[in-house]
Amino acid sequence: MSWFKKPKFGGILTNAKKTDMPDNIWSKCDNCGEILYRTELDRNLSVCSHCGFHFRIGHGKYIKILLDENSFVEKYMTIRSSDPLDFPDYRKKLRKGEERAGIPEAIVVGTGKIGGIDIAAGFSDFGFMAGSMGSAFGEKLYRIIMDAVELKVPMLIVSASGGGARMQEGILSLMQMAKTSAALDQLNKAGLPFISILTHPTMGGVMASFSSLGDIIIAEPGALLGFAGPRVIQETIGEDLPDGFQRSEFQLNHGMADMVIPRKELRPTVTLILQGLLNRYGEVPETTEKSE
Amino acid sequence: MEKWLPFEKPLVELEKKISDLKSFTKRGDVDFSDEIRRLERKAQKMQKSIYSKLSRWQRVELARHPLRPYTLDYIERMTDSFVELHGDRRFADDKAIVGGIAKIDNRSVVIVGQQKGRNTKEKLYRNFGMSNPEGYRKALRLFRLAEKFSLPVICLVDTPGAYPGIGAEERGQAEAIAYNLLTLVGLKTPIIINIIGEGASGGALGIGIGDRVLMMENAWYSVISPEGCSAILWKTRERKMEAAEVLKLTAKDLIKIKVIDEIVEEPLGGAHRDYDEAAHLLKKTIVQHLSEIENIERDELVLHRQKRFAGMGEFFIK
Repeated sequence: MSWFKKPKFGGILTNAKKTDMPDNIWSKCDNCGEILYRTELDRNLSVCSHCGFHFRIGHGKYIKILLDENSFVEKYMTIRSSDPLDFPDYRKKLRKGEERAGIPEAIVVGTGKIGGIDIAAGFSDFGFMAGSMGSAFGEKLYRIIMDAVELKVPMLIVSASGGGARMQEGILSLMQMAKTSAALDQLNKAGLPFISILTHPTMGGVMASFSSLGDIIIAEPGALLGFAGPRVIQETIGEDLPDGFQRSEFQLNHGMADMVIPRKELRPTVTLILQGLLNRYGEVPETTEKSE
Repeated sequence: MEKWLPFEKPLVELEKKISDLKSFTKRGDVDFSDEIRRLERKAQKMQKSIYSKLSRWQRVELARHPLRPYTLDYIERMTDSFVELHGDRRFADDKAIVGGIAKIDNRSVVIVGQQKGRNTKEKLYRNFGMSNPEGYRKALRLFRLAEKFSLPVICLVDTPGAYPGIGAEERGQAEAIAYNLLTLVGLKTPIIINIIGEGASGGALGIGIGDRVLMMENAWYSVISPEGCSAILWKTRERKMEAAEVLKLTAKDLIKIKVIDEIVEEPLGGAHRDYDEAAHLLKKTIVQHLSEIENIERDELVLHRQKRFAGMGEFFIK
């Protein structure tokens, strides 16, 4: 099964390149260079059938792959970023992000079901300003976690936040790390599970707050996950970084993640974990073999 | 190494001249009294004109001043006793974060702070005030200790950032900071945060959540350093002055948006001009805030703290 083949990554930034789906018929795998028929790649949940490389996908696909069909109800769509510092080009970047990702903020939150279990969920999207967290992001996430507490349901967050805490809002972005942690403290005290799914890339202030605080942490193969960016580290220590540095498999080996599993395994695995933590029995959904 | 910043140099030189003239006069060689008075007036004027309109970048320079007092300088001057404690009980003792039990104004507290070094040897020993995960875990251990004995926590924040190194990533820098945030938002004991120098991003926030957040007049606190911001915006680290303006990272900026509660005044010219006075002013403010919150019931304290951080951010509803 090619899914389980460990992807071989050449340089440290191999899949930091633009991996969005191009609008043509063929796509080249960023990892193995294999030419892939686009509709087939799409059906394959944007995973290379040759080497198992996971292409970056947006929030919409994760909702489809993870949640029970048509169960997702989006909330707090009206919360938008303002420009508190009057920061150079910030408004332009927000507009561009909206055009690119098709959403007005870097995170989509709501409620849904997974394997029949009610949950609250957040999906950050790299397409919108590298999935970075500013005030609107923090507020949406804070509210949905507090909803989980109120509704007494588990929390699920898929992170794709290479941008970390959003520079353009200065200190207020940093404060969102504290704010989301405060909500997670409430979730913990309510005895509710939090499952954190880490996808490529999740770094900086996002990785150093809610993303790392899951009761269970699941990483997609080959994702770049960490605090400091590889370039910063390289410049600081003045030497080359080892192969696979800060990748999911590295994090697993260093005890920072519970498991590294391919995309199609996410739904059944999360269901099993939730059933386990909540001491419930029920059907476990099949692996997501194809995206519709 | 040049110890004085370009903008404070003329003043320092003038002050040197005055003190020289004073010592001549004292020895009785010649009487320079008139000249001294004239120069003192001039110095006063100069001081006012320099320090009344510091740019944001100049504040950053003061926060990084090679002579600026560091955490242990303050601890020595503010406390009646201090017992330093070491190690995270997991991996190592991080020298970039110091902590221990102290007596301040007739009460026991736990103090945790980032520590920089003064000379090259010390700087290396303290890793330039950039801690590894074990530093945050040492702090965590001390926070728990404080909670167990219901002692207030005082944090002194002064770091150019959490250390970006291979080992730091291997041992979970992100997890260490994240776990501290989670612990601090729920810690059942009073916490007073003081940004005394540099408050750089997650590295600062890792010991930076509390019931009161105080900030010294010439400290800076932001999501990224001016150099880092400049590099991202303009592909060069050199436009740091503009970046400092854009980031609005001074105490004056942060009190307006209620990220901090009070600006701690520094001696004229900056904390490095008078360590004792700087420590006195910091201690006075800490003690005042401590006395306001130390008797609040612990659950209520935590509730207030969480509400405070939950209220942070600026957004709009469309």
